Amino acid sequence: MNGVHDMGGMDGFGKVEPEPNEPMFHEEWESRVLAMVRAMGAAGAFNIDTSRFYRETLPPDVYLSSSYYKKWFLGLEEMLIEKGYLTREEVAAGHAMKPAKALKHGKFDLANVERVMVRGKFARPAPAPARFEIGDRVRAKNIHPTTHTRLPRYVRGHAGIVELNHGCHVFPDSAAMELGENPQWLYTVVFEGRDLWGADGDPTLKVSIDAFEPYLDPA
Amino acid sequence: MSEHHHHHDHDHSELSETELRVRALETILTEKGYVEPAALDAIIQAYETRIGPHNGARVVAKAWTDPAFKKALLEDGSKAIGTLGHVSRVGDHLVVVENTPERHNMVVCTLCSCYPWEMLGLPPVWYKASPYRSRAVKDPRGVLADFDVSLPKDIEIRVWDSTAETRFLVLPMRPEGTEGWSEEQLAELVTRDSMIGTGFPRKPGAPS
Repeated sequence: MNGVHDMGGMDGFGKVEPEPNEPMFHEEWESRVLAMVRAMGAAGAFNIDTSRFYRETLPPDVYLSSSYYKKWFLGLEEMLIEKGYLTREEVAAGHAMKPAKALKHGKFDLANVERVMVRGKFARPAPAPARFEIGDRVRAKNIHPTTHTRLPRYVRGHAGIVELNHGCHVFPDSAAMELGENPQWLYTVVFEGRDLWGADGDPTLKVSIDAFEPYLDPA
Repeated sequence: MSEHHHHHDHDHSELSETELRVRALETILTEKGYVEPAALDAIIQAYETRIGPHNGARVVAKAWTDPAFKKALLEDGSKAIGTLGHVSRVGDHLVVVENTPERHNMVVCTLCSCYPWEMLGLPPVWYKASPYRSRAVKDPRGVLADFDVSLPKDIEIRVWDSTAETRFLVLPMRPEGTEGWSEEQLAELVTRDSMIGTGFPRKPGAPS
């Protein structure tokens, strides 16, 4: 979707402000939100792409004015309601009122903690040969799906070069909508800065994205 | 429960609306039998103690001292780091990119906040915030100026936008004046920002 989350190349957000000796969490609740997202994901309530989509679909003003973990919290709460794990009445009451919905991997207890400390695997067997080779010139499609995609707006319509082939991975556009993993070839595609930003762009700049094969046409 | 002491000036008797909502959600998830609060505590503790830039720093320092490891690292980051054992599990999709006198690498996630947690810990707020995410792909030299970092005019800048589950770690250049240093000594010079590409390693003798 063409949301405010897709902010590569936007102007007006001001300076980057690094914080010296930044703590891991600024408020205790942030750590609880992180843990709940990791736990409910590991229990099978949602996949990582779905959770990203729920943050992206927050209203633009809420997205831009909420802190990082506030966005995580708002996305988590809405996602769990829509997926039937809790109800709005329960959220309003602050207590469970309805029977639980079964989780794919069961209750998240201490025995499951190590699982979330190991990164998930996203590579999958290839359903078809790769369409592109390293060095091929490709063009990012001019597509504007209203659902989840990982093709940022700032490269759409532009041509670049295939630099790396990462194999076949879970396709976020399908997984986010719970339409299955639909594995696709994944490439690093590099673009000239001036192709993206025009003649006034930095002539020393190259930008790459990791692009799934359905995002690309030969160029 | 983990301990946090960042807000002594904050009156804990009055919980913010967000704190109340987060507590309510945890209560509901617990009452419904979805999660065990002790398991949430354990996740937080693991993040607080196990991951962090010290993992990435050891990998960089080893690459600076061991040419065979460096070669393997640049060919397949996950596989090479997997041979070290002492660092946390990085998953299958880590790509290590090398800074040279001709090319400076910088990593961003314009769409959300993708970051090599296992190597660098949880990302800092600025990495996840709009100014960095919006400008890094268009005006990286301007972004670097916000970090008081400047590069030679003609050096190539390569920005890696982390748009999939691949993760990127920058291998910075080894500082001059460190000949004969041990891996442990060198690791002390490797900053988090030098592995994102928004900074350089410390110079020998500079305060840490």
